[in-house]
Amino acid sequence: MSDILRAATAWELQSMLAPYVERKVPVEIIGSGSKSRIGRPMQTAATISTASMHGIWMYEPTELVMSAHSGTPLVQIEAALASNNQMLAFEPIDLGPTSGGPRGTLTIGSVFACNSSGSRRAATGAARDHLLGIEAVDGRGSMFRSGGRVMKNVTGYDLCRGVAGSWGTLAILTEVTFKVLPAPEKTATLVYHDLPDDIGVELMCAAMRLPYEVSGTVHLPKNVAGRLEHAALADAGHAITALRIENFEKSVDYRTQAMREALKVYGEPTIIGSMNSLEFWGELRRLSVMPYDPETCLWRVSTAPMMGPKVVASIRRHMPTEVMYDWSGGLIWIEVPASADAGASDIRRAVAVHGGHATLIRADQSVRSAVEVFQPQSPLAERMMGGLKAVFDPMRMLNPGRMYANI
Amino acid sequence: MTLQMPQPDRATLNRRDEITAELKRIAGEEAVIADEDGRRTFETDGLTAYRAMPLAVVLPDTTDMVAEVLRYCHREKIKVVARGAGTSLCGGALPLEDAVVVGVSRMNKVLEIDYDNRIARVESGITNLAISNAVSDEGFFYAPDPSSQLACTLAGNLAMNSGGAHCLKYGVTTNNVLGAKVVLMDGEILELGGPHLDAEGYDLLGLMIGSEGQFGIITEATVRILRAAEGARPMLLGFDSSEAAGACVSAIIATGIIPVAIEFMDRPAIEVCESFAKAGYPMDAEALLIVEVEGSEEEINDRLAQISCIAAAYNPTTIQVSSGASQSAKIWKGRKSAFGAIGRISDYYCMDGTIPLSRLPEVLRGISDICASHKLRVANIFHAGDGNLHPLILYDANDPSSAERAELAGAEILTLCVEVGGCLTGEHGVGIEKRDLMLKQFTETDLSLQMRIKSVFDPDWLLNPGKVFPLHLTVHSGTSNAA
Repeated sequence: MSDILRAATAWELQSMLAPYVERKVPVEIIGSGSKSRIGRPMQTAATISTASMHGIWMYEPTELVMSAHSGTPLVQIEAALASNNQMLAFEPIDLGPTSGGPRGTLTIGSVFACNSSGSRRAATGAARDHLLGIEAVDGRGSMFRSGGRVMKNVTGYDLCRGVAGSWGTLAILTEVTFKVLPAPEKTATLVYHDLPDDIGVELMCAAMRLPYEVSGTVHLPKNVAGRLEHAALADAGHAITALRIENFEKSVDYRTQAMREALKVYGEPTIIGSMNSLEFWGELRRLSVMPYDPETCLWRVSTAPMMGPKVVASIRRHMPTEVMYDWSGGLIWIEVPASADAGASDIRRAVAVHGGHATLIRADQSVRSAVEVFQPQSPLAERMMGGLKAVFDPMRMLNPGRMYANI
Repeated sequence: MTLQMPQPDRATLNRRDEITAELKRIAGEEAVIADEDGRRTFETDGLTAYRAMPLAVVLPDTTDMVAEVLRYCHREKIKVVARGAGTSLCGGALPLEDAVVVGVSRMNKVLEIDYDNRIARVESGITNLAISNAVSDEGFFYAPDPSSQLACTLAGNLAMNSGGAHCLKYGVTTNNVLGAKVVLMDGEILELGGPHLDAEGYDLLGLMIGSEGQFGIITEATVRILRAAEGARPMLLGFDSSEAAGACVSAIIATGIIPVAIEFMDRPAIEVCESFAKAGYPMDAEALLIVEVEGSEEEINDRLAQISCIAAAYNPTTIQVSSGASQSAKIWKGRKSAFGAIGRISDYYCMDGTIPLSRLPEVLRGISDICASHKLRVANIFHAGDGNLHPLILYDANDPSSAERAELAGAEILTLCVEVGGCLTGEHGVGIEKRDLMLKQFTETDLSLQMRIKSVFDPDWLLNPGKVFPLHLTVHSGTSNAA
């Protein structure tokens, strides 16, 4: 791995980038590097890290807004929010541990650059939905801004959405401004037992159709549930389907009972309280049930919620899998045995039939060179993406090839 | 009025008959409006001070027909202005004399409703409210709710990334759309997203939404539908100053309550809306908050009681919880018809800045001073929870000097919004109205980047030209330096 250049300010970052731009030599862009093993391998001469650009420089709890330099550790952001009983509603997921990287080091910039959202995404939106403003450096080394610090802003094109989820291939985020929300007073989780995948997903979708603002829904089949660090749930010895309710205390109590009644055909749930709930949903935020294992590859599939079990059934015809369903079935983490193509052709075929997209999150470097890591695009979308890359980064300086060979 | 539009291209104007004939061949006689009276219906939008007779109007009824019309216009280098219901308040749908208006209003069908997956797939000419109406029997709704929701189309909402009174809790258009079918200017059809969450690859859908009809014409969309709460009820809080009302909003949010809506009106707005809707707004208040919460009956009572306690610290002149469904409807009717109610007593110019909530009192003072200096009256309506401010500047459209002063005052108000850390437009869009103010908020480098993105989707700058960017910065917008 090349040396890491650590910019402490946006200006310094521009200065560090300039000689490479001049020589048209591409660079790898990272935050802390926790997701360095995700994406297609790249040929770059240097690595520039934003991790030394840190600090929260604006936080207005009553306006539900915070601004931070992009290298600010997520833990620092979340600690500052917690001190005001607030949170990032999209509960960013940490892909470090599952992909063989470190745990808990991710930066706030990388959260938005990779649009990393957790279980609450289905209810309250993704990371990209909470991004209000950016300051960034493009592949020519020019600084630009988009959005701002206010929640409603349609002034000019929406480059925040354009840059979110582009994995550092369009621009280097230097500052991010984002929406925050109050943390719930109380959390409860209804845990249903021993349901097969399709019934578990049906239950989760039924729960989302109720007027109780269910904020998290996961289904863990038996083997995967057994990997939980949460001992009581891991020891159950069967599949669990968990529904989360968050609100003021009285509301949580009322809604928990109302849900239990409305969903009683699915059995009698165990109800776990705030402390245990926080522990359970907390470990899911770092994908504890899909630990790093060089013998397996991990896929992330997004599909229509009710299609989740069908996608999995299609894939299981070709290979053994261990899966976890999130987003009421719409997000599936799929572990498959390591192979030369990580099962890409069968998995992508299943996704093509049922709709959605698949991303290879964990695989050997050789596999990630050989198959498309991100979902292949239609020729027209590919052309538009190529056009955007050419606008932001015409010389392909920033993370070239990380998402797609020509991007 | 003072804003200039690009000079129309004489050669295109001279080809009007030929172009109309070709459009009729492509889309059918009944889909093309070529006569003068018919075209006049489309000569303006919600920004009625500006008018331009379009070259022709086409109202296709399929995506393929839109594609064929655009393919023809692209080949012939004819400009196109997309149109939904024409309710834009910023001139976003203002025609150009040398442009064909392509309206999606005939494409208004619900194509699919899927409650399990919580999505609806609709044609983009459907009105905003019709989406909610289509799913309300099952207790669902489509969240963004601009005041014009009875008339405005989803297509326009997508173009402008519209918001509404309830987006504090539910977000704006971009947060509630999962997929779209987009016809690009060259007639190619781009399919984005679907019933699943989050984009594969770059978020082209996120870029498309809010691109003011300059990237493509969206003909279909997959939107999220949400299960409505068990119930909702607003309360009215009157205060003797806007400072007190603003501080009360901050205090509510500080306790961790996110009401589904927090609307603010100043005294002139209260008076006009009350006389129109008879909603029971307090006439003695300088500032009024409408705060709405959701949940079960007991939850609503708890939450409203909690808010009443918080408000008590700010010496409210009125604390009144809605007495029931009928008053709730009137309270919202008063707020949502505010623009119409004010329109009954005067011409008005509706501004749409966003500001940090903490700056509300000083911004309201500034607005008052600006309008006084131009000898104009103003009423303020404010989505207080999210900082989106709508000053309505009252003027006399029959008096050119009054109209010009209103525009000047508007520009000064929006500049003030930017100076305090806000932005030029929160939910209406830039259109022509705020086009020349863009350099107040962005650098030329920022705008140049945005314009290069426009060129990716529409290299010849044929779609909705003359909008969003100051004319002097655009090389393709049909001005004399056009390529």
